[in-house]
Amino acid sequence: MSNDDRPLSPHISIYRWPITMVLSILHRISGIVLSVGFVVLVAWLFDAAAGPEAYTVFMSVMDSLVGQVMLIALSFAFFYHLSNGARHLLWDAGRGLEKSQANQSSWLVLIATVVLTALFWWLAS
Amino acid sequence: MSLRTPLGRVLGLGTAKDGTSHWWAQRVSAVALIFLGSWFAFLLATMPGFSHAEAVAAIGRPLNSILLLLLSVSLGYHSYLGIQVVIEDYVHAPGLKVITLLLARFAHVLLVVVALFAVLKIGLNA
Repeated sequence: MSNDDRPLSPHISIYRWPITMVLSILHRISGIVLSVGFVVLVAWLFDAAAGPEAYTVFMSVMDSLVGQVMLIALSFAFFYHLSNGARHLLWDAGRGLEKSQANQSSWLVLIATVVLTALFWWLAS
Repeated sequence: MSLRTPLGRVLGLGTAKDGTSHWWAQRVSAVALIFLGSWFAFLLATMPGFSHAEAVAAIGRPLNSILLLLLSVSLGYHSYLGIQVVIEDYVHAPGLKVITLLLARFAHVLLVVVALFAVLKIGLNA
């Protein structure tokens, strides 16, 4: 008895990704990125406590191109995880679970991420 | 007919033995971080500058110190809960899984303790 010609259900690689699926994956990725960001935050606090020499080293890393790109990525991850996390809490309360609502709120989360990140860097400049 | 024991049913803890406590802890720390995280982003965005003196002044202001202590604990806790789920999802070899979970837990405790020590050192010196 061969099962080779049995139909397979659609798999990730041949699936047209619904936007909610993209945002779900991004939530996990941004969470992992923010765990790295926690290390950066602790390094900032520790080097500030350790004194001007240690702090200068920390700031020179942050002022480098790699550091700047990392901080921008961290800010995006933060505002994304914040916006999408708020959406998760609304879902937990049983709200916005209809497919059309979830699709709409997906776009809302993406817009909020860009706006909040832009607002952050505008305030910071 | 249910094969569950009366005790098992009344405790409601399921096969993982901790019921919904992980899920709930993740939500509680998430709500705390909505406030603490937003505050911290605002603090960073409105810092006059990032020299050593300016950083120490900002961290050492009493209200900022208190909120940074709360942020460090909530963030370390929430981060560990998330990383724990990621490890449980992707690391399947039993030995490696336990070791990775232990390392993640130790790393998070270390980070939180370093953060608390640094904030207290600056805050109590000011």
